[in-house]
Amino acid sequence: MNREQRNRRTALTLAAVALGMVGFGFLLVPLYDTFCDLTGLNGKTSVIAEESAVRLQGVGNRWVTVQLDASINDALPWHFYPVERRVRVRTGAISTIHYRARNQARHAVTGRAIPSMAPARAASYFNKIECFCFQEQTLAADEQRELSLRFIIDPELPLDLEVLTLSYAFFRVPGDTGAEVADEQGEDDDV
Amino acid sequence: MSTTAATVGTLADEHHHGPQAGLMRWLFTTNHKDIGTLYLLFSLLMFLVGGAMALVVRLELMHPGLQYVEPQFFNSMTTMHALIMIFGVVMPGAVGLANWMIPMMIGAPDMALPRLNNWSFWILPFAFSLLLLTLLLPGGGPAGGWTMYPPLMLQTQDAFPFVIFAVHLMGLSSVMGAINIIATIFNMRAPGMTFMKLPLFVWTWIITAFLLIAAMPVLAGAVTMLLTDRYFGTSFFNAAGGGDPVLFQHVFWFFGHPEVYILILPAFGIISQVIPTFSRKPLFGYTSMVYATAAIAFLSFFVWAHHMFTVGMPLTGELFFMYATMSIAVPTGVKIFNWIATMWRGSLTFETPMLFAVAFVVLFSIGGFSGLMLGITPADFQYHDTYFVVAHFHYVLVPGSIFALMAGAYLWLPKWTGHMYNETLGKLHFWLSFIFINVLFFPQHFLGLAGMPRRIPDYAVRFAEFNFISSLGAFAFGLSQLIFVYLVIQCVRGGQRATDQVWEGAEGLEWTLPSPPPYHSFTTAPVVR
Repeated sequence: MNREQRNRRTALTLAAVALGMVGFGFLLVPLYDTFCDLTGLNGKTSVIAEESAVRLQGVGNRWVTVQLDASINDALPWHFYPVERRVRVRTGAISTIHYRARNQARHAVTGRAIPSMAPARAASYFNKIECFCFQEQTLAADEQRELSLRFIIDPELPLDLEVLTLSYAFFRVPGDTGAEVADEQGEDDDV
Repeated sequence: MSTTAATVGTLADEHHHGPQAGLMRWLFTTNHKDIGTLYLLFSLLMFLVGGAMALVVRLELMHPGLQYVEPQFFNSMTTMHALIMIFGVVMPGAVGLANWMIPMMIGAPDMALPRLNNWSFWILPFAFSLLLLTLLLPGGGPAGGWTMYPPLMLQTQDAFPFVIFAVHLMGLSSVMGAINIIATIFNMRAPGMTFMKLPLFVWTWIITAFLLIAAMPVLAGAVTMLLTDRYFGTSFFNAAGGGDPVLFQHVFWFFGHPEVYILILPAFGIISQVIPTFSRKPLFGYTSMVYATAAIAFLSFFVWAHHMFTVGMPLTGELFFMYATMSIAVPTGVKIFNWIATMWRGSLTFETPMLFAVAFVVLFSIGGFSGLMLGITPADFQYHDTYFVVAHFHYVLVPGSIFALMAGAYLWLPKWTGHMYNETLGKLHFWLSFIFINVLFFPQHFLGLAGMPRRIPDYAVRFAEFNFISSLGAFAFGLSQLIFVYLVIQCVRGGQRATDQVWEGAEGLEWTLPSPPPYHSFTTAPVVR
């Protein structure tokens, strides 16, 4: 192999490596999500089915405090707050809590709630059976809605965790154009 | 390939075509010396542009309160200053030296891929014109910091896609340059020039080039995700769509930490050429230098999260990244001690390159130590995003990378131009730079420890004195660099003739060529024994 061929081969190999590294950059996205799911690192709470919730039931008998927090992203013209700020719940028992949301705009708006738990360590023990955060929520103009959450706390919750804070941030769904459409067409797009 | 100990290309070889005349020579050139010159001049020009932006920043920070510029413009000055200094000064400067010196050091006639070489350079003026022109767009230039964290970066107005595209071009240019450098060193060495005989500057460039190929594409990916988040409805970093802004920090610093070694490893290489030359002794611990460089590069991929200790990581993660970060001090220490051991009982003389190199060893170590302080997780919670961080990275980048580039420029200017530079002016340039760089950056340590946040145009009045001193240092340092510009012009135009070896203690193939070297050198490969 002469020098020119060798140069070309080295260059092509390295260019392929560089392209591969672009791919690796994108691969970091699913890797990060999987890593966070496995470890509960970013405070994302877990979801379990009704049947598995039943299995956890009645095992534990500890009382813990759950503090509820709510926040709204700038772009969402809603009022959003927990009905109760603090609740005492038993581990291994299914509990229900409520938030309330009210659309203050004169048109329909779609939002999505993103949960976060502090301390993050508790996130994987906080199991949601049903949650308003599972779906996008569309509120008509001036509509008020009770948003509920059914959950069960795993009795295995480490003993030093006595107060858990559950926080929801409501974001406007990307691409929600309710405002622009409604401003021109009045309120007939309320669904 | 000749097996005889060929003499170097001299006037006898002039049947090869010389440079084209006029502007076309520079536009179409595939000659490694021409392209090296272009890179170095571009780097110098950008150094003045980025430096002027830094002076705008220091002018505004000279007194508390807002005096001269709008906060938005101030923020775009800090952002652009960083992008220009990193991608437009240190990287092209180091690539320029690589272009000039690597073929001459390994006995090659030119770079392996000369046409690619022309491309890698000529992309840069376009990339930086694009970046600089965003200042004229509605909404101004990018102002979200060079780290481009979302969601702030996504609020950039019309400048946004231009900045992303400019970053793509810079990445493309440096990856192409890196491919070329590796191909040159792997395939073009003269007979007998084995890997463990390569000058250390060449070794640090092999490793830097691999870092570039591994890290720059990840940055390209990250900024592409920013672009699609803004324009194509993806939600990589948008919590509302199920993404996570912290993910950007992870992806960015996965590139960003290797990047800081891309900026400093070639500097290590230059210092490893300068110190033996003026100590008149071979480099102490050559093999350990090679392995230490490789170890630093390898470890650099496992420490990225120390830039983001405060995002809310679990303790295990913080401990892992803290220990990994600290461990980099070991190979770096090996290098510092090897340089000192090289000087130990050497016949030292202190010409300008040596002065810059010795200052590098001392001041880079200060930057290294403040880096260790920042690497301690609990301490970092106090220092994070304060002027202490600013002081730290400027100590490793300015008296680090920039001083090393200066040392390299002074070491090789006589070889490039055939004239000795004006030593008195060189020494003046050094002493002014050395004094004022410390006046400029040392007080920023105290500001940071006292709690002054970075990236702000205004601050509490209790920070006024140190900021005033720092700004004075900045103006004096900035003006001193004009001496260098004058000195380079003077040296290109004439001066005392340089000998082939130039420096008494200089060793290596490049010093066997005439000064200036012929347009085509080593057309017949020399044999290294």
